Amino acid sequence: MDTNSLNTIDFNSTLVADGKWFLACYASDVPMNGGACVKYEDEQIAIFNFSRRGEWFATQNLCPHKKQMALSRGMIGSSGEACEPKVACPFHKKTFSLITGECISGDECAIKTYPIKVEDGKVYIGVE
Amino acid sequence: MENSIKPVVVVIGNGMVGYKFCERLLAKSTGFNLIIFGEEPRRAYDRVHLSEYFSGKTAEDLSMSTAEWYAENNITLHLSDPVLEINRPNKTIHSQKGITINYDYLVLATGSSAFVPNIPGIEKEGVFVYRTIEDLEMMKTHAKKAKKGAVIGGGLLGLEAAKALLDLGLQETHVIEFAPRLMPRQIDSAGSMMLENKLKTFGLQIHLNKSTSSINGDKEINALQFSDDSKMDLDMLVISAGIRPRDELAKLAGLEVGSRGGIQVNEKLQTTDEDIFAIGECALHNGMIYGLVAPGYEMAEVVAANLCGGDKSFNGFDMSTKLKLIGVDVASFGDPFVTEPDGRTIVFEDTHKGIYKRINVTTDGKYLLGGILIGDADAYNILLQTVNNKIVLPPNPEDLILGSRGGEGNAGAGVMSLPDEALICSCEAVSKGTICCAVTEGGVTSVDGMKKCTKAGTGCGGCIPLVKDLIVGTMKENGVYVKNVVCEHFDYSRQELLSLVKIDGIKTYDEVLTKYGKGDGCEVCKPVVASILASLWNDLILKQDTIQDSNDRFLANIQKGGTYSVVPRIAGGEITPDKLIAIGTVGKKYNLYTKITGGQRIDLFGAHLSDLPDIWEELIDAGFESGHAYGKSLRTVKSCVGSTWCRFGLHDSVSFAIEVEDRYKGLRSPHKLKGGVSGCIRECAEAQSKDFGIIATEKGWNLYVCGNGGSKPQHAQLLATDIDKETCVKYLDRFLMFYVKTADPLTRTATWLNKMEGGLAYLKNVIINDSLGICEELEAAMVQHANTYQCEWKAAIENPEMRKRFSHFVNAPKVKDPTSELVPMRDQVKAKEW
Repeated sequence: MDTNSLNTIDFNSTLVADGKWFLACYASDVPMNGGACVKYEDEQIAIFNFSRRGEWFATQNLCPHKKQMALSRGMIGSSGEACEPKVACPFHKKTFSLITGECISGDECAIKTYPIKVEDGKVYIGVE
Repeated sequence: MENSIKPVVVVIGNGMVGYKFCERLLAKSTGFNLIIFGEEPRRAYDRVHLSEYFSGKTAEDLSMSTAEWYAENNITLHLSDPVLEINRPNKTIHSQKGITINYDYLVLATGSSAFVPNIPGIEKEGVFVYRTIEDLEMMKTHAKKAKKGAVIGGGLLGLEAAKALLDLGLQETHVIEFAPRLMPRQIDSAGSMMLENKLKTFGLQIHLNKSTSSINGDKEINALQFSDDSKMDLDMLVISAGIRPRDELAKLAGLEVGSRGGIQVNEKLQTTDEDIFAIGECALHNGMIYGLVAPGYEMAEVVAANLCGGDKSFNGFDMSTKLKLIGVDVASFGDPFVTEPDGRTIVFEDTHKGIYKRINVTTDGKYLLGGILIGDADAYNILLQTVNNKIVLPPNPEDLILGSRGGEGNAGAGVMSLPDEALICSCEAVSKGTICCAVTEGGVTSVDGMKKCTKAGTGCGGCIPLVKDLIVGTMKENGVYVKNVVCEHFDYSRQELLSLVKIDGIKTYDEVLTKYGKGDGCEVCKPVVASILASLWNDLILKQDTIQDSNDRFLANIQKGGTYSVVPRIAGGEITPDKLIAIGTVGKKYNLYTKITGGQRIDLFGAHLSDLPDIWEELIDAGFESGHAYGKSLRTVKSCVGSTWCRFGLHDSVSFAIEVEDRYKGLRSPHKLKGGVSGCIRECAEAQSKDFGIIATEKGWNLYVCGNGGSKPQHAQLLATDIDKETCVKYLDRFLMFYVKTADPLTRTATWLNKMEGGLAYLKNVIINDSLGICEELEAAMVQHANTYQCEWKAAIENPEMRKRFSHFVNAPKVKDPTSELVPMRDQVKAKEW
């Protein structure tokens, strides 16, 4: 078990990187129908609590358009008949699918998505 | 390994066409093992827009994809590793770095190199070709010490290269062309003259009929010698005399090549070896080398489709082109050079504006054959369609370039009359039929949706105006009433939604969505509903923070780099020395950039998210409150100093401005609101450029409404004359509430009035004569607003749960975003360029 990576985080010693699942935060840390950003080693990961759908999503926090760490501060919603869940970057409203990471509103390249699960009020992100 | 059973496709050449081939193949099948070899050190980049590298774009900006893209799609990419040999009997290739790979199919996308004529002295330092980012980097280095440069070649690429020299800041840039005109393949001499005149105004010097006999200088170039015995001193030269297909590898492998270069291919783009294909500028099809990107993309599509079991053919390609050369529109389509007796020519020339248009029609005047457009190429798309689809011309074909002068021109009708086969997007080969079908059957209603559905408009983007017209035209044909709805989630306008929410007394976004909408909402309807809820109930917006736009969610304005700016309210622009000191102290402590705004207040930039509550705690302690600079709400009421100090002042404009600002502060509205109060007719507060403006008169105040600064300035209009303060506030209450309740989202008061049926007369009737009988209600709503106002920042810092939201990392609240960088500028800081 590698816990070294957590030394950069100055609080909450209960967080552990446990093999593939990284304990990111508590479910209550992420606002309903909104996002929050967590630090994993040098990565920034955006977590979305899509409570209206009862679903959670995780993506890279970087918006590929202007390379800004901002997606976690964006509004989430759905697109089209299929109700594809999406997030809109607060800077220029480029939207990305929360499932595939694909850019829905233009030609930006896709964003990375991560597996995510919530157990006992704790949010885990699948990392490599 | 699953890859071992997949057929191996090796692509030699990682340019635009090679990249497009991979993209197209992947879109159709993942059943191939794709391996790419590129000789350049970078991923495929946009060579068409190469000159933008000098006007600020980086190599990364020009890149066609990300490094991850290759990995995600399991493509093996070998950069800086040219393939040296193709062993056809063994079906292997060998690379410079010693890699040997067995291929099932081989795609040659080796492109072209610059054709360099054999002029004595061509090897000297300071002579460049214009082809790759490396060429550009070498030019950049050399240009630092160069003053005077020239380009040999006045074709399309040569003029692009000349643009690059201009961008590099050379004192003099010359273009030298052997032919008697510029762009000899695309335009005629009259068009060339017009283009020359235009280009001269940008600082280019153009020399035609000039052939270079030698390049002089010891080691480094210092002059050009011409065959007419003239000479030109210079210290930098770019050769752009045409392209030469890169066919050497194919030749070595025994594949057939043309006598003047190019790998011979059939209509399936197969070379003389059926498992080896050639696409793009290296391919010779039917005696033609295609030096444009669109035919290259079409070739990529044909090969990709056929590898996946399709049966597509490449049957030549229209070489019509439209581009912006150094800011001048240039277009050439169909056969630009037809003359009698093969056709007739109609020419329009305006030397004042620098416009030249030529169309060639059949002798019977029925069909368009081709033409040239310089200076104004707006008609290009429709003219090209008219040629390609053999559309019968109107009785006065000159209308095509002069516009209909009868006053009933309708651009949309022209587009809808195209046949279904008409190719609209030539980059992605999308026809009119496909686009209309996407509207009718796929329910597409926007250009974005069309891009997603058909890929039309995702290439060069030149067809987007046509695509837009087709979408609207088709919707109209289908009898679709284009309703003014909020977004895909609500079938109501903002005004309708506001009435519903009010009648039913709904307080949360989720309830609104469940009751009147569908789906899960989006970034368009969330802030609209948030604004409606705030206007109706004036509850704290942070109670529903995730439906707010980012600025409203964090009560500050997001800026480049992800930091925020902070604007405390300074009502009427009046501030005490102590408060100024308090702002200075906070600015210093948190390393903020400070600037006076246009609305007589002070903006503090560069605040980290996690510092915002601390900053506001200190500002509130010093007596400040939120300035709502982040909200669609009242910003400032600007004032001049008025009768308190000014010798011309008639009334106390500052006190009135403060009173009005305090009354309407925090009022959420469809768009931002600005006001102004001037103490006399000199109008120093510029009140007539505001949403509402009050100007002192001898007898009282004049009230102006619906003015605007910004991109479309508009003078405010006089609503009432010589009224007293109380009446002025009463009218303002009514006016602002009427606007809040009826305007569309993101519509300023000026636009709202412009769209209002009956205009100012109607508005006056509603506000002053209460023609709708709603004034009591409007006034009551404003009183409720004023009574329930609270400072959002005060509420936020006093509530630990709300305060917690102001951190970048939820699992490390004290850590700031390490990517938010500030750099020094004039004794302060600024955001790092993105």
